[in-house]
Amino acid sequence: MSFKKGLIALAALAGAGWSAGAFAAQPEPWQTGFQPAASAVMEAVRDFYDLLFVIIVAIAAFVLALLVYVMVRFNAKRNPVPSKTSHNTFLEMAWTAIPVVILVVIAIPSFRLLYFQKTVSEAEMEMTVKVIGYQWYWSYEYPDHGDIAFDSFIVEEEDLEPGQLRLLEVDNRVVLPVDTNIRLLVTAEDVLHSWAVPAFGIKIDAVPGRLNETWVRIEREGVYYGQCSELCGVRHGYMPVAVEAVSKDAFASWVERAKVEFARAGGPDTAVGLARVDRVD
Amino acid sequence: MARGNTAIAAGGHEHRPTGWRRWLYSTNHKDIGTMYIIFAVVMGVIGGLMSVLMRMELMEPGDQVFGGDYQLYNVVITAHGLIMVFFLIMPALIGGFGNWFVPLMIGAPDVAFPRVNNVSFWLLIPSALLLVGSAVVGEGPGVGWTVYAPLSTFGHPGPAVDMAIFSLHLAGASSVLASINFITTILNMRAPGMTLHKMPLFVWSILVTVFLLLLAIPVLAGAITMLLTDRNFGTTFFDPAGGGDPLLYQHLFWFFGHPEVYILILPAFGIVSQVISTFSRKPIFGYLGMVYAMVAIGFLGFIVWAHHMYTVGFDPDTDAYFIAATLVIAVPTGVKIFSWIATMWGGSIEFRTPMLYAIGFIFLFTVGGVTGVVLANAGVDVALHDTYFVVGHFHYTMSIGALFGVFAGFYYWIGKMSGRQYPEALGKIQFWTMFVGVNLTLFPMHFLGLAGMPRRIPDYPDAFAGWNMVSSIGSYIAAASALLFLYIIYRTLTAGERCAENPWGEGATTLEWKMSSPPPFHTHEELPVIK
Repeated sequence: MSFKKGLIALAALAGAGWSAGAFAAQPEPWQTGFQPAASAVMEAVRDFYDLLFVIIVAIAAFVLALLVYVMVRFNAKRNPVPSKTSHNTFLEMAWTAIPVVILVVIAIPSFRLLYFQKTVSEAEMEMTVKVIGYQWYWSYEYPDHGDIAFDSFIVEEEDLEPGQLRLLEVDNRVVLPVDTNIRLLVTAEDVLHSWAVPAFGIKIDAVPGRLNETWVRIEREGVYYGQCSELCGVRHGYMPVAVEAVSKDAFASWVERAKVEFARAGGPDTAVGLARVDRVD
Repeated sequence: MARGNTAIAAGGHEHRPTGWRRWLYSTNHKDIGTMYIIFAVVMGVIGGLMSVLMRMELMEPGDQVFGGDYQLYNVVITAHGLIMVFFLIMPALIGGFGNWFVPLMIGAPDVAFPRVNNVSFWLLIPSALLLVGSAVVGEGPGVGWTVYAPLSTFGHPGPAVDMAIFSLHLAGASSVLASINFITTILNMRAPGMTLHKMPLFVWSILVTVFLLLLAIPVLAGAITMLLTDRNFGTTFFDPAGGGDPLLYQHLFWFFGHPEVYILILPAFGIVSQVISTFSRKPIFGYLGMVYAMVAIGFLGFIVWAHHMYTVGFDPDTDAYFIAATLVIAVPTGVKIFSWIATMWGGSIEFRTPMLYAIGFIFLFTVGGVTGVVLANAGVDVALHDTYFVVGHFHYTMSIGALFGVFAGFYYWIGKMSGRQYPEALGKIQFWTMFVGVNLTLFPMHFLGLAGMPRRIPDYPDAFAGWNMVSSIGSYIAAASALLFLYIIYRTLTAGERCAENPWGEGATTLEWKMSSPPPFHTHEELPVIK
């Protein structure tokens, strides 16, 4: 970043960057916290992190305060004769027991969050999208909406149109309806990948030979960006995820268009095995 | 029989090899320790240079020093990780300070198996050559230090990954041999009166560490051997096409990998304990608690491995177990932090360079520890896994933690090892520049991770530019401090003041401070008796 660009970033920081409630589905300059939540799961993650944040800052500040006090009060100038104390049963019990209590305070909401995130109720799911990771792009299939299947590649820097985000924009965004319980099935065809959208609180590994399952209910329309989150080779940094969340009506009309544009003659599974061509036996 | 041995031993005392024989054939724990330290410094410079290259690439958005060669970037992150773990921290703390001071501190004349000790060191040279060599063969191993399959199997044809695997095999063999040596030495060769519960905490830390190594390294060896056969002999341990599973590799790797990070940090705990006690002029507070906290951390290290795998798609019950087990680690770690502070409480503290590093260690290790508590929770880890938050977290424990332990140990013992004391003012400057540099480098990484920046990418969306710039500037400051450190080594060895038996005063109570600096070639020929 040039100095000038840095100044622009600073100006952005002083202006809109920090304004409370500014909705963003992508990282912002000088951001110091999570991206805004677009799903109940991510809201729960943020709430739990806020609790953790208070606890860990308190602990770190307590340790720092003790250290500063000790350094000021017990340095060789102020305290030339050291004490010989080396035991205090009460203290030792206390600093074992109190952390245990703090950990229980952390663990209970942690488990609650975990089971909320990970329980995919079959009955409540309204549609399914299959996500397949390849070196180095994502492929999406909509088994409940005919034979829609398409690949989603990064938009290279030289092809970017004004307003598009470098390294985050793709040629075919995955379009999903809001206020719908969507089951995501995630796998990979070559090496490990990981499908991540920070605003949804989702990061799930795409593992060859395994079908991972998670769910999302998007609460706001918008475009949400993420990046591959498991080292997958040369272009690991160049296979972003871009989700376009639209109203149910808009989704229905997108489906009609997509059926024409992305229809695959042989059904959704013809791609299986293609990525193995680079294998050297 | 006993007589014959005595005669040989007596002859050995007169014999002091010189020239290259002294080093290549060395069976002397001090000389081998010195070689380990030199090796660690050399490899540390290489690994540190790689981290600066990475920060240069990430300083601004777009292609920088790597000029768009992303495979090379992946090779460099891989080599940086492996070099820092296997060829800097472990050789410095275990091979270097462990070799030098375990026998001195327990009153043993040498390690139990001096020739094995020689083999342990010299295995590291071909190991390091293979690893560095792998980076220039073919495309190099761009697989990350975790070497996950299938990227490391059919994702990387060519000999580079095989070379890296052989390198790890040799480093592992070296570690296992050294572990056997230390365990035998510590359990069997303590001077009369040196009971286990009187051993200095540094010796305890090495004892726990080498037990972890002995149990963890064979699992790594198994995992990477399976990689090797998957790559070359048609097995499919990690290939679903043949009934294998990529997750099996991750389980095996982290069953080694998590104990491994405690292997890196425990000896630093030991050094910090010695340093804090020495410069507070007080005995360690809660000695037994400190010992069993380390034993507990070592044990827990083996039952938390899958907290590195929260995103692979476990059943929530599995996650719940690993959350609970991981959180428990905070308890013994807290015991250690508070015991160190209690040791300083009521003390008469002198702020020499090793003490500065030890105090810096306590606070910054706490920071790394509490971010670990965040990551322990699978629910939040899903948002942070494989982001720069994790990179920040583990560098606070490894880079600042373990490396500050190395610096503390170096300044604490260089006078004893070389007979010449380091220049105090330069040492303090080196501490403060390093302290500022690493914090500036690593703290912004937490912000980047929260905002969603993934690890191991050579370029990033433009919004991440600000903190990356700050981080890169920090790494240049740390690099300048590392150069100053090299100069301090040079200054110390060429013009350092002669070091007395005990330069630290009454706080330094362990046995090494009761002998000359440097100690004679053979020490404890008559065993000391500890009251």
